[in-house]
Amino acid sequence: MFSEFLQYLFTGTTIGATYALIALGFTLIYNASHVINFAQGEFVMIGGMTTVALTGMGMPMIVAVVLAVILASVLGLALQRLAIAPAKQADVVTLIIITIGASIFIRGIAQVVWGKEYHSMPNFSATQSLEVFGAVLNSQSLWVFGIGAVLVVALVLFFTKTLSGKAILATSMNKEAARLVGIRTQVVLMLAFMVSAFLGSVAGIVVAPITFTSYDIGIILGLKGFVAAAIGGLGSGVGAIVGGLALGIVEAMAAGYISSDYKDAVAFSMILLVLFFMPRGLFGAKVVERV
Amino acid sequence: MLNQIMQSRLRGVMLLGLILIFLPAFFANPFHYELAIQVGIVAATVVGLNLLVGFAGQISLGHAGFFGLGAYFSGIATGTYGWSSIPALVAGAIAVGVVAWIVGRPILRLKGHYLSMATLAVGFIIAIILENERALTGGPDGMSVPPLEVFGWQLSTFGRYSLFGLEISGVQAWYMVAGVLLVIATWFALNIIESPIGRALRSLKGSEVAAGVVGVNTTKYKSLVFVVSAVYASIMGGIYAHFQGFITPDLASFDFSIVLITMVVIGGMGSTFGVILGAVVIELLPQALADFQELEMAMFGLILMVTMIFMPKGLLPTLNSVVPNITRKKAAEVRHDSTG
Repeated sequence: MFSEFLQYLFTGTTIGATYALIALGFTLIYNASHVINFAQGEFVMIGGMTTVALTGMGMPMIVAVVLAVILASVLGLALQRLAIAPAKQADVVTLIIITIGASIFIRGIAQVVWGKEYHSMPNFSATQSLEVFGAVLNSQSLWVFGIGAVLVVALVLFFTKTLSGKAILATSMNKEAARLVGIRTQVVLMLAFMVSAFLGSVAGIVVAPITFTSYDIGIILGLKGFVAAAIGGLGSGVGAIVGGLALGIVEAMAAGYISSDYKDAVAFSMILLVLFFMPRGLFGAKVVERV
Repeated sequence: MLNQIMQSRLRGVMLLGLILIFLPAFFANPFHYELAIQVGIVAATVVGLNLLVGFAGQISLGHAGFFGLGAYFSGIATGTYGWSSIPALVAGAIAVGVVAWIVGRPILRLKGHYLSMATLAVGFIIAIILENERALTGGPDGMSVPPLEVFGWQLSTFGRYSLFGLEISGVQAWYMVAGVLLVIATWFALNIIESPIGRALRSLKGSEVAAGVVGVNTTKYKSLVFVVSAVYASIMGGIYAHFQGFITPDLASFDFSIVLITMVVIGGMGSTFGVILGAVVIELLPQALADFQELEMAMFGLILMVTMIFMPKGLLPTLNSVVPNITRKKAAEVRHDSTG
């Protein structure tokens, strides 16, 4: 009974931690530019697929991971420069369609380069799994938690201790004022997209051994990240982490106790429920609308 | 010139009708008819969605959910329970309208990205239900739907019919049905836009707070237009089910919701004829790109992206501003003289 619950909790927090990383990417871009980047999921896919492809060519794991992360970050930069920046006057919906176009484009290329098959990736460490109170904890889960925690700490340090991080924060609070005090907001936007792509690709790499990976995995993972970010409240870093973990755990519990067919329905009902009572998510900032 | 035609309701609809009448001259085979019918049905759905997105400024990323609900309502009522097609369409429209109203009241309070998130969630939940209630819907494998039946007439794409002594094939008859429905859908939408309701909706898009302050009941109008656009989707979904004869939960999928909203945005939000153009372009683009084979998907994404970057207002509004319009300029000068 308890071991069953614990099992679902392990599964849920593992996938939830991945969602949290993707949601943090959404949050970062949303803060810097108020764009919801529907291509976020493609960074996740690029991370996983590049690593699989490069290790398949005989490259050591660590080199493959580094190259995959670099590729994704460059793509993030390119997305901002080539697709978002030229359309700065566009409507919210228009920007959504632009990022959807970008995601279809990236997915289309990935499909040509890597094919449509599902690929598996070995666990990072040889130990397969541990047993905790009768529940199985996949060793990869520990990698997900560990890397997730390191990244969160790094992000906190980045935003509080470094000049670049503070520049992003300043831009998200007031773009005009940030520009007036000499922050190059264009550079800040590029940086936000790069860091966001970096986070997404890392999420894609650490989760690949657990869920498999394929050219179209970005659609659903990106959506889940968006859901997590909205539950937490768009623009809130804490919200993204809480939202991601909550979404993962609720999904795993729903799959275990209710029905795995309806696990996604439960997740989407959860977002509706949260938004009914808190229209700006759990940690969303209150805004005053000017007329 | 172009703009003037679009500005006049009657002339616009007549032009649309004329195009629909002469279009078959370019059709070489039944496949072209089938493609045109499909475009027509989807275009009518998008005309309804445009009322919500283009005029009231409320984003829906789950509209396919209502299309799918309508399709399955018609399919189940006629196929499983032996209803006639028209009562099934009407009952489906009412049922979907009620669902939209119940769902719409709470979620339309949300703004911007939160509203897109909530509509996305609603669409997803509908798709998941359709996929998993196998006993009723046949699950992911889908279900077959009997042909459209009107007053004892059966309209099948494989049938042959005679109209005013003219022998026509099933697809030709279906083309007429789809064409008439598109014209009615357009006419109805244009009338809503020009009515007091339409003005209220446009004030919502401008600024919701300001609209509320000057006394527009924003909640009421938002719910109303949400229901109207859902009913559009439901009816066209039901028609689509009869036309295809086979439906799957993909009709309610997130992908299709994205296709619908893309048509609105690429054609030109707030332009009824623009979004019809959007539906035509997005439906035909994959056909045109078929030669690229593997690269089809990447090309589609690239074209979508580039179009939206360079024409953020959409195809028709951009075309309108490019086509020189001397008469409109003159009219503006005259007005300027008389006031100044």
